[in-house]
Amino acid sequence: MSVAEEHMRQELSDPLTIAGRDYASRLLVGTGKYRDLDQTRRAVDASGAEIVTVAIRRTNIGQDPGEPNLLEVLPPERYTILPNTAGCFTAEEALRTARLARELLGGAALVKLEVIGDRNTLYPDMIATLEAAEVLVREGFEVMAYVSDDPLMARRAEEAGCVAVMPLAAPIGSGLGIQNRYNVREIVDSVKVPVLVDAGVGTASDAAIAMELGCDGVLMNTAIAQARDPVLMAAAMRHAVVAGRAAWLAGRMPRKRYASASSPETDLISSS
Amino acid sequence: MKILLNGAHHELAPGATIVDLMSGLEIAGHRVAVEVNGRVVPASEHEAHRLDESDRVELISAIGGG
Repeated sequence: MSVAEEHMRQELSDPLTIAGRDYASRLLVGTGKYRDLDQTRRAVDASGAEIVTVAIRRTNIGQDPGEPNLLEVLPPERYTILPNTAGCFTAEEALRTARLARELLGGAALVKLEVIGDRNTLYPDMIATLEAAEVLVREGFEVMAYVSDDPLMARRAEEAGCVAVMPLAAPIGSGLGIQNRYNVREIVDSVKVPVLVDAGVGTASDAAIAMELGCDGVLMNTAIAQARDPVLMAAAMRHAVVAGRAAWLAGRMPRKRYASASSPETDLISSS
Repeated sequence: MKILLNGAHHELAPGATIVDLMSGLEIAGHRVAVEVNGRVVPASEHEAHRLDESDRVELISAIGGG
């Protein structure tokens, strides 16, 4: 069995379930910051992601009408499109964006809710996030919430009816890696809905660490899009998420303070 | 008549519908969500929905983002 087939087998037998739907891939990717739509398409393809995030913005009216748009390159028939509310600083703005996204995507209920509280850190405003989540859940949305790495806030988001909680591991776009592994671990233990690290991953080992902490998935954008070779990094991330998940399922060895030889210590050739 | 389209003034024939607006912009049939005066207008109503003077119209698409 080839490595790729082995990955496929593992992904298929261990799906990520969000809002009652199964996904073979535990890697979710964003579509921002790529050079062009062709690079976006190739990187998403290499990542193996089935859920891709998009931003909701005013239509560029002046653009060449023949120019391809994102949803032609990533057709909703093939990918689960996860619209985000990025750039929203109030619950009201996030609600408006989510409603427009649902209309745009023909009634699709899934939304990545983010209500930003600070322009420098892009940390979520959890009070506004929870307010918006409650309204969206009442309106039938399936809310995947970008949350702070506070286990209590993650639990509140779950209680509000979110279908997944997505704590940051470091600030959005920072690539600093998993800076809060005890918090992430605590969140994994605190909620029943899927936990996905959203934001902070910089390279493949970060994605593997997130999965080894017991996360159900990882969402990333900049780590792939801003790599020197985004398509190759997308493939690396796919492998890292699969490897990290397998390591979590396998259960790591206990840590020890002293050495323990791997080879038998008897019948050495030099023994007299 | 004048409407406010995505935050900018836009001239439109009186009685024009949302489909007329989109045809004029050469984006008829594109995947675009429409909001008029803060309310989403479903695609099924674009043909019939006539715009009024001073309407605030937002045409919304999906673009790259995380």
